[in-house]
Amino acid sequence: MPYKVLKVRVTKLIEIKGVSHSYKTAAGPLPVLKDLSLSIAEGDFCAVVGPSGCGKSTLTRLIAGLMFPDSGEVLLHGEQVKSPRKSVGMAFQNPVLLEWRTILQNVILPLEIVAPRMPKEQKEERARALLAMVGLQGFEGKRPSELSGGMRQRASLCRSLVHKPDILILDEPFGALDAFTREDLWQLMHQLRIDEPFTALLITHDLRESVYLADQVVVLSGRPATTQFVLDIDVPGPRPIDMLYSMQAVEWLAQLRNQIEIAQGRGGEKDMTA
Amino acid sequence: MTRHDLQKILSPIIAIIIVLALWEFWVWYMGWPTYKMAAPSDLWPAFWQYRELFAINAWQTLWRTVVGLGLAVVVGTILGMIMGLSRVLNDALYPLLVGFNAIPKATVVPVVALIFIGQHDFNTILVAFMISFFPISVSIAIGLSTLEPEYRDILRSLGASRLTVFWKIALPKTLPEFFGALKVAVTLAFIGTNLVEIVAPHGRGLGSLFDSGRIASNYPLMFAVLIALAVLGILLYYIVVALERIFAGWAERRPT
Repeated sequence: MPYKVLKVRVTKLIEIKGVSHSYKTAAGPLPVLKDLSLSIAEGDFCAVVGPSGCGKSTLTRLIAGLMFPDSGEVLLHGEQVKSPRKSVGMAFQNPVLLEWRTILQNVILPLEIVAPRMPKEQKEERARALLAMVGLQGFEGKRPSELSGGMRQRASLCRSLVHKPDILILDEPFGALDAFTREDLWQLMHQLRIDEPFTALLITHDLRESVYLADQVVVLSGRPATTQFVLDIDVPGPRPIDMLYSMQAVEWLAQLRNQIEIAQGRGGEKDMTA
Repeated sequence: MTRHDLQKILSPIIAIIIVLALWEFWVWYMGWPTYKMAAPSDLWPAFWQYRELFAINAWQTLWRTVVGLGLAVVVGTILGMIMGLSRVLNDALYPLLVGFNAIPKATVVPVVALIFIGQHDFNTILVAFMISFFPISVSIAIGLSTLEPEYRDILRSLGASRLTVFWKIALPKTLPEFFGALKVAVTLAFIGTNLVEIVAPHGRGLGSLFDSGRIASNYPLMFAVLIALAVLGILLYYIVVALERIFAGWAERRPT
């Protein structure tokens, strides 16, 4: 069954309305987000792209409830996010696996916080099932340092999904991988959306990644970041990797590329001379 | 036993034998009498003659050192946690600690001996503690303050308390640094104990045996005490290494 069906539901899982935020620095407040808005429907995959240092990671911390905006609202299930909640899964560029735990024990970690009373066997069963899904069966007892970078990132994805989070926050999880491993993991994400449906917000610098994975690509402007452009990628999943070589995809990529240049403050001038 | 194990045991033994042989040769070559410089061959008779005193005093030194070190671990860890988790307290305490650490502990001994006059056990433990807690605090503080924010965020985003994050992530992650510091602290604690035993002699411990050797101009005895101290130091050091294997063995990269 294609998971696109989920989109029929109009429930907005995440709504960010007119959020502004600045950091306090010695030189005065440094605005990072300004009147930023976006919304993600349940089951959707949203990618956020933008120039470096435009406040994308701040956005993830706001959604996770690790920080609160100066103004505007961050709503999860229509409720304002006031504190960290158990329904968030996070994966980063650095897989941050704990070296003193085995892969299996690493994946179990969130369950120890979220469901401390769940029987140990049940936790392990859940973790094993996920590890098998990402192709890591047989590696449960290994230490993180014994795995390759791609395998560690797979384990990290399992950890972010093990407690069935409402929202999966992916902060450039494929950024440090080599090109082929990255494409493997992209395809894995499509497979996971079938086996283990989730709603995701992906922060990335890779436009191809955003087009291949997301249902909706949001381009943020340079700092202070605001929603500059939203692109719907209306291709049902799971998408074959050669989807990226379709005329439509190339067109989308060109469009996004142009938006990034505008965000970087270069494209605007080019438009005027054109 | 594999070749590798055998090599691991044999190579330090051979190194020790070579050092002793060079030492022996050097004293013989210079023609020094024992009151100027004792040779290794003079040490064994001295040791054997006073073996009971060695056993009693080595124990005295050892237990005070271990208690002082234990205190340093507890206080050092607490201080390190305070500094590692609070930026403000880190800024406030660092200069104080560095300054305190810079004071030569030999100058502290008479002060301590005066304040707690007659409390020999307490004085000795106190100095052993004072000299050895610093590296432990610093290592814990650095370990905690350099924890990558992502490590914290995975658990914090699930609503875990600061204590849980500390217990499940920060503390185990700091263990390798902690044991590194403990290895330094072990030898420092020994220096502390012996400082008191020599500078403010109370008639107990290897330091006082050294002192009586000095008063009697028994140079072989003095050197034998130094060797005994070195042996005790090695012993404690390897106990720490064994503990490290148990609690932070995961940090050791397996040969591939």
